Amino acid sequence: MAEQSFAGRAAIAGIGQTEFSKRSGRSELRLACEATMSALADAGLEPGDVDGFATFTMDNNPEIELARAIGAGPLRFFSRVHYGGGAACATVMQAALAVAAGVADVVVCYRAMNERSEQRFGIGAIPLAPVATTETAHFGWYAPFGLLTPASWVAMQAQRYLHDSGATTEAFGHVSVACRRHAATNPNAWFYERPITLADHQASRWIVRPLRLLDCCQESDGAVAVIVTSTERARDLRQPPVLVRAAAQGASRDQQMMTSYYRDDIGSLPEMAFVARQLYEQCGVKPHEFQTAVIYDHFTPFVLAQLEAFGFCRPGEAPEFVRDGRIELGGALPINTHGGQLGEAYIHGMNGIAEGVRQVRGTAVNPIRGVEHVLVTAGTGVPTSALVLGRG
Amino acid sequence: MDPHHALALPHPRPGITPDNRFFWDGLRQRELRIQRCAACHRLQHPPAPMCSGCHGFEMESIVASGRGTIHSFVIAEHPAIPPFSYPNLIVLVDLEEGTRLVSRLVDVAPEVVAIGMAVVVDYERIDDELTLHCFRSLETAGG
Ligand SMILES: [Zn+2]
Repeated sequence: MAEQSFAGRAAIAGIGQTEFSKRSGRSELRLACEATMSALADAGLEPGDVDGFATFTMDNNPEIELARAIGAGPLRFFSRVHYGGGAACATVMQAALAVAAGVADVVVCYRAMNERSEQRFGIGAIPLAPVATTETAHFGWYAPFGLLTPASWVAMQAQRYLHDSGATTEAFGHVSVACRRHAATNPNAWFYERPITLADHQASRWIVRPLRLLDCCQESDGAVAVIVTSTERARDLRQPPVLVRAAAQGASRDQQMMTSYYRDDIGSLPEMAFVARQLYEQCGVKPHEFQTAVIYDHFTPFVLAQLEAFGFCRPGEAPEFVRDGRIELGGALPINTHGGQLGEAYIHGMNGIAEGVRQVRGTAVNPIRGVEHVLVTAGTGVPTSALVLGRG
Repeated sequence: MDPHHALALPHPRPGITPDNRFFWDGLRQRELRIQRCAACHRLQHPPAPMCSGCHGFEMESIVASGRGTIHSFVIAEHPAIPPFSYPNLIVLVDLEEGTRLVSRLVDVAPEVVAIGMAVVVDYERIDDELTLHCFRSLETAGG
C-alpha cells in the first residue's frame, strides 16, 4: 500500500434516499434535496457543514441549485464525472480525494432522476440530425444502423461472450433470479415480494437477442445521496464510519462509450479488470476476502464479465460460478443483496453504494454475517469505477 | 435487388466531422473506405484525427474489398424505433483488411445468422445526402 494513498483516509458517514418508484410526482431537484437531507440527518450533520458536492455529468441538478435549496455554506469543491453509470463509484472517489487532500471537509455525492417518468434511457431517442461533435460522431457508427439502445449495445458483446464461453442464456438468468430473490425481501425494492424463477427468465420476451426483458434493469424515479468526510471526523458522528478502503476509475485500451467492439476480446471488460488491479493494490484485500459484493447490473451479461474481471472466477467460468445459488443469500458470494438494479431500483448505481454501506454497518435488510469488506462496482461497457468499503 | 427500404421517416444521422467525412462521402459513391495512415499504412476504424501507431497526422483511405465475416450480431426486437423494420439484424463485421465495423445484415433470416458467416457489402441509399452500408450473406449474394 502506497504511503501517500488516500485509501482509508475518508469514510462514508451518512446515506439517504427517496422512495423508488415509476413516477415520483416531484422534481428531480426535490428528490436530490430529500436524499441529501436524509443522508445529512443519518450522519448527524447540518446543511451548513457541507462544503463539497460530487455527481454525474448526466445528473440534471447543478450542485449550486442543490446547495441553494438546502442552505449549504460556501462550496470549495464541486466535481462531476462523465460516462453514465460508470460515474457512480467515482463520485465517492472524487469526494475521498478531496477530503484526504484537505480540499473539502464534508462532500455530498448524489444522483437524482425521474428516469422512468421523464427522461427514459432505453427508448433509443438519438438526435436525428446531430450537431457534429466527437460524441455524435461516435454514435454515428451505430445509430444509423439501428443500434440505438443500451440493451443493443450490450447485446453485441453478450452474444460474443456466449460464443466464446460456450454458455447459454441460462447463465444470464441465474443473475436475474438472484437479484429478484434478494429484492423480494427488501421492502424498498420495486420488486418486493415478486421473485422469479429461471423458467420465468427464459420465457420473458426478447428485447435485443440474446437479451430478454428479465436481463434488463428497471427504469426508476428516485435519488440517493451519500456523505463523505474524513475518517477522523466520521468517528465523532452519529453512525459507525464506513471506510473507503479503496477507490479507482478505469478506461482501458481502445475504450469506447458502450461500444468497445474493436478489441481482440469483446466479451470481457478490461477496464473493470484494470479497476480491480488498482483496488487490490490500494487496500491489499483479495477476492476471497469479500463477504458480499454489489455488482453493477444494468444488464445481466456484464455481471458475469465483472465476476471474472475481479478474479472471483477465471475468464469464461462465470456461467458455472453463478449456478447453484452461489451468488445468492447463503452462497459463497451473495451479490446485490438489496436486489440490485434488476430488483430494487435503477439509480445509476448509487443505490448499490448505499447497500454496501448498510452491509458494513450491519443494517442491511438481507444482512450478511461478519462483513469486513464489500466491493461496489459502477456502470459497465463504459469508463467505470469501483470501491472497496470496510469497517472503520 | 434494391436493398433500399421504404424509409420515408427521418433516419438517424451520423455526426460528420473533418475526421470522418471521407467515410460518409465514400458511401455515396458506393465505396466502403477504411482510414489509413499515410506514413506507416496502419488501418484504423473508427477513424481518428491521427495514427495511434506512429502518431502521424497525415491520414488517407483505401477502399475495402467489402468481404468479411460476422464477429458478433444482435437481433433487435424491442422497442421498435422508426424508421427501422423489426426484427433488425445488426452485425459486427471483421473486414478481410483487418478492421471491424457495425452494419445491418439484410435478406438473412434471424435463425440463419451466425458468428463466422461470410458476408459482403452492399449499400442502402437513404436520401441525397446519406447512403449507408449494409451486408448480405456471401452465399446468397452469389459472391
Ligand atoms: Zn501511422
